[in-house]
Amino acid sequence: MINLDYLLIFFIAKYLRSSLKTQETNPIWDLRLKWIMYASPVLLLSGFLMNKIFPGQEIISALLLVGFTYLLYSREIFRPARQIVIAIAPYVIVNLFNLVIKYFMPDRYKTWDSTLDNISTFAILWGVGVWIVTNRQRKALAKATAQVIAKEKDNQIITQMKADLEVQVKERTAEITKQKEELEEALHELKSMQSQLIQSEKMASLGELTAGIAHEIQNPLNFVNNFSEVNAELIEELKNEKRKPKDERDDELENILLHDLAANEEKINHHGKRADAIVKGMLMHSRKNSGLKEPTDLNAICDEYLRLSYHGLRAKDKNFNADLKTDFDDALGKIDIVPQDFGRVLLNIFNNAFYAVNEKFKAQKNIANTTYKPLVTVQTKKLDDKTEISIRDNGNGIPANIIDKVFQPFFTTKPTGSGTGLGLSLSYDIVKAHGGEIRVESKEGEGTEFLIQLPGV
Amino acid sequence: MKILVVDDEQDVKTLFEQRFRKEIKNGEIILAFAFSGEEALEFMNANEHEAVLILSDINMPGMSGLELLKHIKEKFEKPPPIVMMITAYGDKDNYNEAIKLGADDFLTKPVDFIALKEKLKTKTQ
Repeated sequence: MINLDYLLIFFIAKYLRSSLKTQETNPIWDLRLKWIMYASPVLLLSGFLMNKIFPGQEIISALLLVGFTYLLYSREIFRPARQIVIAIAPYVIVNLFNLVIKYFMPDRYKTWDSTLDNISTFAILWGVGVWIVTNRQRKALAKATAQVIAKEKDNQIITQMKADLEVQVKERTAEITKQKEELEEALHELKSMQSQLIQSEKMASLGELTAGIAHEIQNPLNFVNNFSEVNAELIEELKNEKRKPKDERDDELENILLHDLAANEEKINHHGKRADAIVKGMLMHSRKNSGLKEPTDLNAICDEYLRLSYHGLRAKDKNFNADLKTDFDDALGKIDIVPQDFGRVLLNIFNNAFYAVNEKFKAQKNIANTTYKPLVTVQTKKLDDKTEISIRDNGNGIPANIIDKVFQPFFTTKPTGSGTGLGLSLSYDIVKAHGGEIRVESKEGEGTEFLIQLPGV
Repeated sequence: MKILVVDDEQDVKTLFEQRFRKEIKNGEIILAFAFSGEEALEFMNANEHEAVLILSDINMPGMSGLELLKHIKEKFEKPPPIVMMITAYGDKDNYNEAIKLGADDFLTKPVDFIALKEKLKTKTQ
């Protein structure tokens, strides 16, 4: 019969080495287990051979197994494999008990033989049972461990992702903050640029005005000079007449001379005031806006800016010509407006009207027998609780697809450099600030009409 | 000598009447006035051959002085009236255009009446 003890020692040693991974964790015990592994088959063989000469070799093997079991039980390193001790302990004890009976009480051994065999079998079955249960537990444990490890790995991945995300969020936040700052800066620049543009738009319209103003001032000044020269002549003539003897004096002539003097004086005064009003209007346009509403003669301001605009364009384009038609409602009276601001509205619309008729005029000039006559009409009207100003031109009109855009800032159809695109946009804002309405109607090829309604009469 | 003065400024009438007071009184000059190119043409159609001299302002709303000049030189051939142009803008373009259209003289504002009277004398002699 093969000695089971050595086989057990061999397999347990082998199992311990592989399960405890002693090669890495404990090289000293690994070596010892290796020796035990190699020694056990040798002892098995030698015991088998020696049994003929020295019977009772099984006692040696049993004691060796007891020693080995004790080793497993007592050494700290084998604590994880304590299950093996539990598995083999009954067998070891039964085995030892068997041998004691066998060798020290041979008589009893013979009668108890079958019982002892049964006990041995139970001990072996116990060992196998423990082995199976342990194996199962080990597998379950391994599975649970694997799950825990997997979970831990997942957690690590999640933690890593969280960290990555945090870094990304920080980067994005920094980026957005930077963009926000850049945008704020751009906005600030745009705002200052806008005020500059508004100022330059004001200056541009002033520049256009200058020529018109020069022309407008020149005319009254010519009259002032001429009439005062005429008056000097008349006074001289009157003096000569007075020097004559009384009976030669022509009373009627003297009366005529005096009448003419007075009439001319009136003209001088009239044209002086006219020049004065023009200069004042110019100052009004260029100086800082007071922003204050004051009762203003709308008809007068319409007439003034119509002429300024017309002569401004004439000065720039010598070939330009247009009919000006005014239809002022005398019932209008004075209405509360900011004259500087409203003057700019009128100037912008007049400039556009003249520009439109001039463009059409230039285009028609080359057509033979053209009957086109540029015409700009201004009409004021007193409505129930409103005042209406209509400015019409018979130019080319505004195409339907862009008519909605004319009040948008920076929208212009004029060539680059000719318009800022702010004129009508500013006009719109000014009219709105007056609580009024401005709208445009146009027919392509026929002309355009701007209608402004202001509250109050 | 009959002179038609064309200008869009109403007070030009008073001024010319005052400036030529003596000549009018002596009967040397008869002044007529028109306040637009259209009005001037109407006047000339109604009073044919009477206008000897037309002083026309180039810068007028509606029909400009240059257009008026063109019409006059085309329509009224015998005897061709003398046309003197007056403008506030003494630029070359206007001058060349006026001369090309047959203007007899070209004056700039402000009008020098002494020089104008001299010119009228030589033109009508």
